[in-house]
Amino acid sequence: MLQIEVNSVYKSFKDVQAVQGISLAIPSGEFVALLGPNGAGKTTLVEMMEGLRKPDSGEIRIQGKSWQKHENELRKIIGLSLQETRFQEKLTVRETLRLFASFFGLGEKRVDEVIAWTGLESKHQSMTGTLSGGQRQRLALAVALLNHPQILFLDEPTTGLDPHSRLDLWKILKSLKDSGETTLILTTHYMEEAESLCDHIIIVDEGKILREGRLEELLNENARNLDELFIQLTGKTLNENPEKSQ
Amino acid sequence: MKSFKSNQLYQLTLTQFLETIREPEVLFWGIIFPVLISIGLGLAFTQKTESKFHVILVETQPTELDSLLCLYAQPEQIEGKEIRTWKVPDDILGNTAFRFERKDWHSAIVSLKRGEADLIVTDSTGRMQYHFDPHNSQAQLAYMKLSALVHSPEASVTTTAAAPIRPLTLKGVRYIDFLVPGLIAFGIMSSILWGVSYTIIERRSQKLLRRMIATPMKKSNFLFALMFVRILMNIVEALILFFFVWWLFDIQIQGNIGALLVLFMAGNIAFTGIAVLVSCHTSKTEVGTGWINAVQMPMMILSGIFFSYHNFPEWSIRIIKLLPLTALTDGIRSIFNEGAGWMEIITPSVALSVFGMLCLVIGMRFFKWY
Repeated sequence: MLQIEVNSVYKSFKDVQAVQGISLAIPSGEFVALLGPNGAGKTTLVEMMEGLRKPDSGEIRIQGKSWQKHENELRKIIGLSLQETRFQEKLTVRETLRLFASFFGLGEKRVDEVIAWTGLESKHQSMTGTLSGGQRQRLALAVALLNHPQILFLDEPTTGLDPHSRLDLWKILKSLKDSGETTLILTTHYMEEAESLCDHIIIVDEGKILREGRLEELLNENARNLDELFIQLTGKTLNENPEKSQ
Repeated sequence: MKSFKSNQLYQLTLTQFLETIREPEVLFWGIIFPVLISIGLGLAFTQKTESKFHVILVETQPTELDSLLCLYAQPEQIEGKEIRTWKVPDDILGNTAFRFERKDWHSAIVSLKRGEADLIVTDSTGRMQYHFDPHNSQAQLAYMKLSALVHSPEASVTTTAAAPIRPLTLKGVRYIDFLVPGLIAFGIMSSILWGVSYTIIERRSQKLLRRMIATPMKKSNFLFALMFVRILMNIVEALILFFFVWWLFDIQIQGNIGALLVLFMAGNIAFTGIAVLVSCHTSKTEVGTGWINAVQMPMMILSGIFFSYHNFPEWSIRIIKLLPLTALTDGIRSIFNEGAGWMEIITPSVALSVFGMLCLVIGMRFFKWY
């Protein structure tokens, strides 16, 4: 069964064409990386899939249902972590999780589970304003995992993190992958993240899909890794374009 | 059965409450500051104090004032200048002290511009001449008191009055009685505008609103929790303020307490509506702060919080009375000081509630969650 179907979706902001006719289909249980530089249109595309933005044209279906007609139903089955979310600084990690758990009618038991899963036991009584970048990202992931999401969207979850914190987050995501119950859509501009975590890689630039497929299908003699493939496709490296994501 | 602790309205209210009480600035500006203001202003206006006037003498020839100063004033040297102080005792109106200093005309004008002096006295062929801004009430009072004193230096204002003065000691006529209802009303406005508007704008700018509505959270629950906690804090703040002024100044509520509660709630509804309207669209805290100040400052000045709006021109009073803070302040003041009951507060309560609901509906129509 297809979890996500995107058909000829367009989105623009004033003069910027953020997404230009993207179509894709993501089956259940697959881990998908949307790989592209800043400003490629990854966040706009993911936010449309999350039901937070409406496309100018085209259609998006989650488990065959549209956001317009089934928003309440779909909100219960997805989990997400936005770029740059700041939680209330005067609440503890546990209080923040309790608050978000209550939106799904979940109680303390589930809060304890996600705290353990994301390794926040030692910080559960700390105010979120005192957390490091890595701990904040783990909290964002914990919030996203509260409702046992069937589809999980993570928007650049490791950007700005040190290598150690990034590896911690990858471990959590790998354990999620092993459970096989969740479909993951991950936006990133780190090649190794896409290579290490995802089954399917979609390379995006300037609002268009340049290439997609499994890692071994994408690589060839001329492109031995994703970096080389990206240069081959665009003539530039992934981190060359410093513009902010749309 | 699900625990009430996993109810989203309970959690939204609890977290909002925790955030509020964990912010020391909120407690200072919401509770301690109004109490300090009321104590400071209350003491300043209820204790018998000495009125002080500073008079600059720019004379070329001695006048009648100079001979009176030789008799009644005490000379002293302050920072190398000779100052003469004439103290006039008065049991009823409080003592008056005139400080006289000699300067040239240019220095006297500079002192007047700096607010260091109230009056300039010159002479014309041996007769006193007074120079002051006729629109300055302090200068006017200095002139009236000094000219009366020069006319009959032995008598005080009280003894020369055509009819005897009977000081009013009724409750509700002191300045503190006027001030406290104004401070309560101002506290409601200020607390809601900053507590609701600023919180919404800040959370929008942090993308927290967007994160929250990406869950099955009910938007109405979020707004209700925000309003409920703010109203609860307003009740606590008003009770603490009232306790202190009752204890220190024996302030009493002379009217109907039930009517006061209804009016209090109507004020909260009105300002909550305004707060949602103010914060419905922007995600920049700087812009939000500007809007909040633009709404709050005119009402703080015009609505009769610290002084009566009857000091403003007659044409403007009708407009001032339409302001929500004026309606709330006048209503609370009438219950505190005039013994008003249900009948007197029906109109302001309905008007405030309807206005608040209208602002809320318009605000929600244009509300941007992200």
